[in-house]
Amino acid sequence: MIELENVAYNYGGGELLSEISLKLQPGSFHFLTGPSGAGKTTLLKLCYGALLPTSGQVRLFTSDVRDMERDDIALARRRIGVVHQDCQFLDHLNVSDNIALPLMVAGRDLLAEGANLKELTSWVGLTARAGALPPELSGGERQRAALARAVIMSPDVVLADEPTGNIDWDMSQRLLRLLIELNRMGKTIMVATHDLALIRAAKTHVQARVLRISNRRLQLAGADL
Amino acid sequence: MKAVLSQVSEFLVGDTQADRVVPPTGFTATLTLFSAAAMAFLAVFALALSLATGRLAEQWGSELARSSTIRISAPDGQLAAQTEAALKVLETTKGVDTARALSSEEQQALLEPWFGPDLPVDTLPIPQLIEVIETEEGYDAEGLRLRLAAEAPGAVLDDHTRWRRPLVKAASRLRMLGWASILLIGAATAAMITLAANAALAANTQVISVLRLVGARDSYIAQAFERRFTLRALTGAGIGMVLGMVAIALLPSAQPEGGFLTGLGFQGWHWIWPLTIPILAGLVAFGATRAAARKTLRDMP
Repeated sequence: MIELENVAYNYGGGELLSEISLKLQPGSFHFLTGPSGAGKTTLLKLCYGALLPTSGQVRLFTSDVRDMERDDIALARRRIGVVHQDCQFLDHLNVSDNIALPLMVAGRDLLAEGANLKELTSWVGLTARAGALPPELSGGERQRAALARAVIMSPDVVLADEPTGNIDWDMSQRLLRLLIELNRMGKTIMVATHDLALIRAAKTHVQARVLRISNRRLQLAGADL
Repeated sequence: MKAVLSQVSEFLVGDTQADRVVPPTGFTATLTLFSAAAMAFLAVFALALSLATGRLAEQWGSELARSSTIRISAPDGQLAAQTEAALKVLETTKGVDTARALSSEEQQALLEPWFGPDLPVDTLPIPQLIEVIETEEGYDAEGLRLRLAAEAPGAVLDDHTRWRRPLVKAASRLRMLGWASILLIGAATAAMITLAANAALAANTQVISVLRLVGARDSYIAQAFERRFTLRALTGAGIGMVLGMVAIALLPSAQPEGGFLTGLGFQGWHWIWPLTIPILAGLVAFGATRAAARKTLRDMP
């Protein structure tokens, strides 16, 4: 699905990531951890083609990202749902429209997708808030709306960048349950987080691989988790 | 052709879903509408100037090209004889269609605008004028001058070339200036719409980045902006064109006394020309916004 082979990424004259090799197998669940500034967000961006590697290869669904046209990358992103820490909504559209945004840009008929949209909004517990504008939502509601938007196209992969960064423990657990549920449906999940408690909690429900970025390199996390 | 028309109609009708993803931007909307209206208003005048000067150049060129004047200045006793002799020469000159001596009433009418209606023409030593109309082929001016010099020494042939040429040249230059103004107005419109589009794109960087994140193609994002600015330019230019046409229609109608200034305007089917201004403004806006959007998108991940 998504494969990184000996990838390096330089930023501001220095090497931020080095010798990164990673293969996201279908249906796998990965946690990506590491200290702030270690390069977790950069690695996620490399995984959905928002950044190009300085060296090495990034393959999205078997295509080398360097050989892909911008339109090809756009089409690949429809198969990769992304949840950002700051959610990135269009503030002039309500929650329901923001969730439906991937359908809109793909030219899908919103009327025909109405039932699907309602079901998804209900799944993330936002039915009552569907008409609200993003600035009116709480941190947890925003994250759940972002997750709903990420999965509305039924993507093969969901990448989440610090999805629990701005929300309380209960809400983090609720979001985690949604991610685990998605994984059980066969989706490939990768969550970047520095919240080790969340990872420990997840490992009791799902077989997750925990990766850590340390000294610019990616390592399999050890027994401390 | 059908495919092009269908594409244009699809573009104008638009995709209501796509239109909603770009937030409305108040100041660029007003700026585009106003500048398109102002430019279209000016373009109507530039067009009217070009067409009027074109007509004038044609009129001066064709009317004066086929007529000339012979002025006979001679002592009282010889004036009639020399006029008679000149008319005889003209009768036998190849290329002269008609020739006639102006009556004293006609000469007085010619002088009236300068000296008033009470000028005693008979008491003044005013030269006799002969109006000569040429055939299509025209006459040999140098040959005629030589023959007149022999038969009527006081006769001077004025084939109008001396002052017709600069007039026609001036009118042609004015026409060119009119067209150059239209081109400049078009370029200024493109520049202003590019600025407004760039401002709108810069204000919506976050929106564009979210759209790219959820899988929007560049063409989808660009079209949302292209459609918006094209319709604004079309609407603004439409308003400016109507105001310009009303202003032109309210100008005083052409009068002989007013000369060129009162002839500024559209005649007959020329009134159709201004209708092309909003369409051109729309095309300019479309091109300018497309270029600006594509450039902005190329720089985004």
